[in-house]
Amino acid sequence: METRFIELFKETLEIEADTVHLDTVFRELEQWDSLAFLSVIAMIDEEYDVVIEGNDFKKLVTISELIEEIKKRKA
Amino acid sequence: MAQLSFSDVGISGIAAAVPKNTIKNYEYTEHFPEEDVKAVVDKIGIFERRFAEQGVCSSDLCFAAAEKLIVDMSINRDEIDLLVFVSQTPDYRMPATSIILQHRLGLSHNTIAFDLNLGCSGFIYGMSIVYSMMERSNLRKALLLDGETRSRIYSPKDRKTAFIFGDAGVAALIERNDHFGKSYFSMNSDGSKEDLIKMNAGGYRNPTTVETLQEKVVDEYGNIRSEEHGYMNGGDVFNFVIREIPADIKKIFAYAEKQTSEIDFFVFHQANDFINSYLAKKLKLEKEKVPATIAKFGNTSSVSIPLTIVSELQGRLNDNKQLFLSGFGVGMTWASAIINTKDCYLSELVEI
Repeated sequence: METRFIELFKETLEIEADTVHLDTVFRELEQWDSLAFLSVIAMIDEEYDVVIEGNDFKKLVTISELIEEIKKRKA
Repeated sequence: MAQLSFSDVGISGIAAAVPKNTIKNYEYTEHFPEEDVKAVVDKIGIFERRFAEQGVCSSDLCFAAAEKLIVDMSINRDEIDLLVFVSQTPDYRMPATSIILQHRLGLSHNTIAFDLNLGCSGFIYGMSIVYSMMERSNLRKALLLDGETRSRIYSPKDRKTAFIFGDAGVAALIERNDHFGKSYFSMNSDGSKEDLIKMNAGGYRNPTTVETLQEKVVDEYGNIRSEEHGYMNGGDVFNFVIREIPADIKKIFAYAEKQTSEIDFFVFHQANDFINSYLAKKLKLEKEKVPATIAKFGNTSSVSIPLTIVSELQGRLNDNKQLFLSGFGVGMTWASAIINTKDCYLSELVEI
């Protein structure tokens, strides 16, 4: 799931360079803003049928934490 | 189970009014760099909006729409027994704007008139109340007015809301007639999410003070607003919509024992194109059946559903049509309806 998620995440933010990894702090990415946030929420809903509320989302820092949160909610 | 059904009541005609004053979003660059504006505008798919000139209220837009409808449909004013005005931008805190409109429209003193303070779900809530009263035997005709000057609520220096909202007003004539058949409503509320879309001060909880009017930077993006501007937590609103709206649709179709394939038009509250396109895709709806005005009028809150009908369904509501309506927003509240129309009259759009 990790590789697929990173692919989708990059696609969603239109990132082509190899700048997104499991330990990436996604909020610090140049492409991250409130609009990117919406697109990522939509992508997670579409791909994983999971909704992460804003307050919980705020606590997530790295890509791997994001993936863990999706897994937790799918379980 | 907040679901209701009605028999033999329906909308026989609608008129809508928008201000002439057109705001082109790409050129709305006083407070933000052009390329930032373009990125936001492209994402939300809102290219133009209408802003009421100073001194023009929601009630004036509704008044213009109502006059147009009354003349076009040769409605006898004396037969209007009920007038409901839906808005969160009334003329005054008191008296209720509906009462002022009763007089301006030359309606009789026997008219039942009151306001309904609701946002994006308001037209459907309003319909359900008018349908309830009209289903009883004695009222002859009802006018449901719905107007908003949302342009006045939000800060032009807060990019989360600066490019979204616009102004409009509508008037719908609701009557009893057995050709309308059955209609279905589902209405919901969740006050735990009161802070997703909100105007913090200026009411009685936090009355106006010098501080509440002071503009300040509110987030890490440098957005600026006061406590008396509206704000919106877009991410959570989006989460809310993609979770609750498809669920409510499922609920109402089960209740009505109908299939989505029976519906001629799906008219959604026009929130922004990102949300609306996502919903349509998620629900697998055919594009031709989902009329939209978001690109040219923006988000006009509760007015957006009837405004979209008047603007986009001209000549398409002949004979019998089945419509699905869905409104969602500030509260949070959300509502959906399945209604029938029979040769529904749509006035030409009024521009004032």
